[in-house]
Order: sequence, then C-alpha cells, then structure tokens
Amino acid sequence: MNKNGAAFDVVEVSRHYRMGDAVVRAVDRLSLRIEHGEYVALLGASGSGKSTLLNLLAGLDRPTSGAIIANGRDISGMSAEELARHRNQTIGIVFQAFHLLPKMTLEENVELPLRLAETPRAERPARVREALDRVLLSARRAHHPSELSGGEQQRAAIARALVNRPSILLADEPTGNLDSRTGEEILQLIEGLHHPDGKPSSGETGNGGAARGMTVVLVTHEQALAERFADRIVTISDGRIEREERR
Amino acid sequence: MKAGDLLELASRNLREAVLRNTLTTLGIAVGVASLVAMLSLGVGLQAFASRRLERTGLFDSIYVRPRQPAARPGPGGGFGRRQQDGDADAPVTSPDIRPLDEAARKEIEGLPGVIEVYSEVHFTAEAGLGDSGQLTTVAGLPASSSSNDAFDDMQGHFFSSADADEVILRSEMAQSLADAAHIQLTELIGKTLTLRFPQRQARPAETPGATPPKQATTATTTAPSAPGAAAALAVNDMGLGFSIVPTEKPFTIVGVVVTGDPGVGPGGLGGSGAYIPLKVAEQLAPVQGSDLREVMDESSASGSAGSGGVRYANLTLRTDGPGAVAPVEAAIKTMGFSTFSLLDVTRNLRLLFAILDTLLGIFGSLALAVASLGIINTLVMAILERRREIGVLKALGASNRDVRRLFFIEAGAMGLAGGLVGVGMGWAIGRAIQFGTRLYLDRQGVPAENIWSVPWWLALGAIAFAVVVSLAAGIVPASRAARLDPVQALRYE
Repeated sequence: MNKNGAAFDVVEVSRHYRMGDAVVRAVDRLSLRIEHGEYVALLGASGSGKSTLLNLLAGLDRPTSGAIIANGRDISGMSAEELARHRNQTIGIVFQAFHLLPKMTLEENVELPLRLAETPRAERPARVREALDRVLLSARRAHHPSELSGGEQQRAAIARALVNRPSILLADEPTGNLDSRTGEEILQLIEGLHHPDGKPSSGETGNGGAARGMTVVLVTHEQALAERFADRIVTISDGRIEREERR
Repeated sequence: MKAGDLLELASRNLREAVLRNTLTTLGIAVGVASLVAMLSLGVGLQAFASRRLERTGLFDSIYVRPRQPAARPGPGGGFGRRQQDGDADAPVTSPDIRPLDEAARKEIEGLPGVIEVYSEVHFTAEAGLGDSGQLTTVAGLPASSSSNDAFDDMQGHFFSSADADEVILRSEMAQSLADAAHIQLTELIGKTLTLRFPQRQARPAETPGATPPKQATTATTTAPSAPGAAAALAVNDMGLGFSIVPTEKPFTIVGVVVTGDPGVGPGGLGGSGAYIPLKVAEQLAPVQGSDLREVMDESSASGSAGSGGVRYANLTLRTDGPGAVAPVEAAIKTMGFSTFSLLDVTRNLRLLFAILDTLLGIFGSLALAVASLGIINTLVMAILERRREIGVLKALGASNRDVRRLFFIEAGAMGLAGGLVGVGMGWAIGRAIQFGTRLYLDRQGVPAENIWSVPWWLALGAIAFAVVVSLAAGIVPASRAARLDPVQALRYE
C-alpha cells in the first residue's frame, strides 16, 4: 500500500449505460480524492450515482472513461484477474443486503475471502476468530445467517470484509435494511475500525487528531448519520459532485 | 483459489441440490451403462470369434512349400530315371530353389514364435473292419490338434499318445463302417481297424552282385501279399530310388468326430475319413501325392537320392498366436520358401470387428450425448439459482478463472460419479445378457459360450469418456458463470 498517495484518486470518471436509445450518465466526469485513513460519506438520493461510484471504486464495475487510482495503481486498466485481487486484498465490501451465503455458517462465510486469497489452512481459524471477535460474534460462529438478526448478519458481513485485513472498507447503505438503533450500532462498529484508538469528537477533522485506522467510504442517503460519523461528506447528484463538506 | 478449496466448495454445492444433481448423475450413468453394455458385447463377440477361430488352428498356421521354378523342365528322356553324372538327357535343374529338407525344417523350428512344425501326411488306404472294408483317405494329426473344437463333442477320446496306434474316425466314415459291420456307431470304439496302404521303402544303391533287399517289416506292419510284391517289382522296374510295397497295420478306434473337421487347414487335410497320430503316420511312410510329384519331377528325385535325406513337399507350422504369423511368414520367405496363411482373412475379420465396435460405440454414446444435455441443463439452472452467490464470490475476490473452475469441477464430479455408477450398471446389464444367452443356448442344446467381456481398458475408458463429455458439457455454463457481471448478479433477487 502506498501510504504517501491517496487511497483513491478518481480522475474525470464517467460511467454511462445505454438503455435503448437513451444514455444514462450514472457517473459523469466525476473527480474525487480520498486520503488514506479518511472517512468519506457519499450522500445522495436514490439514483444519484453514489452506488455506481462505489462499485467503480471496488473494481466491481469499470468506468466508461477516466481513471481510478487506488493505492497508486490505476484499477480502470487492470485485467479481470488483477481486479479480483484488488477486491480480495485491498478492499473490504459491505452491502445493504448483507449477501451472506445462506447454506454456510458464519465461520464459513467469513472464511471465504481467505480461501480466495489462498491463505494457508492453518492460519485461517485464528484469522476468522479474530474477525468475529471484532464484531462480537464469536459465540455465533457455528450459526447460519438465517439464525441471526439483521444487525448480527451485517456484523458478520463486516467480519467477512475485515478478515483479509484490507486498508479500505467500502460500505453500500449498510444500515438500509436495519432499524435505526441497529443501524447506529453498525456505524459505531465501522467508526471503531476507522478510529481504532477512540473516536474523535464530532467536528474534529478527519485529517488530524486521533490515530488513523481504515479508510472508509460509506454510501448512504441518511444525512444525519453521515454528518455524525464521516470526516467528509460528498453529495452526489446526477452523477456529479454537487457539494463537498469537510467536517 | 486452491484446488482443495475448489473441491470443497464444489462438493458442498453438489450436496445442496442433491436431488437434481443425483438425477443428472443418473442420466450420465445410464449413458455410460449403455456404452459399456454395447461395447462389452462387441468386445465379447470379438473375443469369442477369435477364440473359436484360434481353436481351429487356421489363424496361427503357416503352410510352407519350396518355391516353384519359373519354367518347369519337361519330362524329357530322363523321366522316371535317377540322374547320373554326365547324363546328356538330364533335365535342367534349378539350383537357386532351396529344397524343403530336414535342415530347413530345423531352421524353421528355431524361429521365434514357432511352436510346432510338421509335414503333411495324407494318403489313401483301405480301412478294414472285420470282413468289410472301404477306401478312405487317412491324415496324420499333430498333438496340438487336440485343442481343436471339433474334438469338443466327439465320442471317445483323442489319441492317448503321439505314437499310439489309434485312429479317430469322422462320423460319415464311422457310420459307413458300422452299417457294413451291422453294429451301432458307439460300438466302434475299441474295435480294431486295419489300414491297408502302399508303403514307400528306400532301395539300397545298386551294387553288382548284391542280394536283393528284403522288404522292410516291423512288428506291426506286414507286406506279405504276392500281388503286392508283384506290384512293388513292377514299380521298381521304373528305376526309382524307392520301392512301393503294399502294407497293412491295425489301429484301435478311440474316437468318432461328430461335428466339424479337425483336418481343415491351410495344408488341405480336410475331408479325410480317418485320422492317426502324425508321428505314426510319418513312420508308416505311405505313398502320398507328393511322391507322384517326385516321380514326375526328376530334379527333385535326383536331389533326394543324391543327398539321401528327406525332402518335404510342404510343411505346416503353428505359431504361438495369430500375432506371430506375419513375422514368422516374413522370416520364412527370406529363407527362400513360399508361404501361405489366412492372415489376410484375420485382418479383414479385425477390420469387421473394429467397424462393429465403432458402430456399437456410437449407439452407446448417443445416450451419453443426451445425458450431457442434462449436465448443461443442470449447470445452467445452477447458474440461475446461484447468480447472487457468484456475485458475492466475485465481490469477495473470486476471479473469472475461479468461478469457471468451480463449475468445471462440479461438471467433472458428476461425470466421474456417473461414469463409476454407469460402468457398474453396464457390467450388470452385460452379465444379465450373458446369463440370458447362456440360458437360451442351454435350452437349444448348444454349449454355453461367453459373449460378453468388460476389459479394464473399457471400464477406465468409459469413466474417462464420461468425465470428458461432462467437462465439455460444462464449458458453456462455466464460461457463462465466469462472465457474470457481479454488479448485476448482486442486484439479482
């Protein structure tokens, strides 16, 4: 990881879709720089392009034009194999719908990224335990997702995102399927990852103060939550940055 | 992803849709079973035909004879006389033609793959049983003929030894003798049959003042009749190097061949009415057709007399299998002799069975082709069902290659399981056909034969074929799964 550069440097990125004769400009010539250790909230209404931008940052999608530099490497020009490695080792992703595999136990779900990373089998149990400990789910490791509450499932999804020790966490509406109290718990958990030594008080800039943890990019449409946890709020509308607010 | 992890995930996925995957695997198994059943019958029939043909001795035998000169000399003034040095009327000899003598026989016997070399002994004799008698042809049979299937259902038994004074009759001859003697066919066994035949006896070199040679007699052969002696003298007057003496010898009837002809072969012994051990037949030195050739061909006669050794009109040899025929035949040709075998016939037979096996294989494979559609269907359904799972795997870092391999392993595993079960089912079907055939043959009074065979290469080949077909069927679904857009897949509910 190139700690001197930005976690993400998005340069004039567009993502256009063709729907019949019409062209949908989901992301349109958008530029954004996210520093290492920063907590950025992408805020916007439904269909504004924030999730598309998150998918581009994750390497799940490719831009129509422009460049995305992640940890000093342009992921827009990467091969499919390199992008898979980027998703596996550089970032961790949390989805609104959790996307745990229902036939697997929590332990097995969390182990999946380790399998994909070809981590030696001997190391895996300890790494899985460590990840489940961080989300306080060690006691439920043998349970299947259907046996857990929504909040627990999302915590398990966070454990799965953390197990490969990525430097960046991408969260796409992680509280969207949760009640407000549980949603706040999840965001507290993410905040704990961002500030492992303790959360700075509200209003403190993300660039100074407490020790930096993971870079977090949170997609949400709830402004209050964004204002409460993020160092910077980037409001997106019609695929472009409408406003940036550093907190 | 490592192979072990892929295998674990594939096995988990297969277990999750156990009913569908089991049915697909059974489809493959049925396809493999039909393939194995068809080919096992083809292979079994081929083995059966080869076994039967090999037992006739036709396909591992080579018939050897001296090469014929390009232009045979006419009989000229030397006909019937021994060649003498300086004889102006001596015919043109062929010094390039190698005689088929004892030295050549020894050389042929020493060739690799040759198990037996024997001369053809085939002569006309009068077979007498009591007061009745009839003319027949008698052939000498080598000991190896005992494996001939003509003796499978014979009455009595084969010769007790290679030098036993025993005779086996063909059924027509036996029936004729039995009718003449007013006894049952089965009563012939153990009776004495006397063979009367012209015997060839060597003449000593003519020495002035020497006494005339005695007729050769042995303990069991006699040549007493006055008319016979007169005949011998008459032939001797022709100036040949041997005498022809009427002789008779008693033999014990030990068997009657009911079906088939043990003498059929490239040497042309077929059609004989009686068979005696070859060694005994050689010792009898009966006058044969080849002796007439010697009389006609003065060059041969001169050579025989000159060297004083035996010359064979032809030799028959048996190899240790049909596969040895071609190299042995080639070696004998380089020795300077003409050969004849039924190798070409076996080649055509093998070609015929190769075509039969191919056709059976194609018909058997049709079922497997249908089963492969089942695999494609199952995997396509799996992709639809597991679309979100594939999206999750990709989001977590699975490469296209990982996803493709995962589906390939699932297809291959179904193919392997189907292949294993299918070989077992095919084996069972073959056994059932074999059982039914044996039952039918038993009821028809025909000896049961094994017409079914599953050799190891067929079992392994069928399993490998099932895996290959399954992997081929998995190519399109696996590629589709690998190309799946993770963003679209994660949106899928």
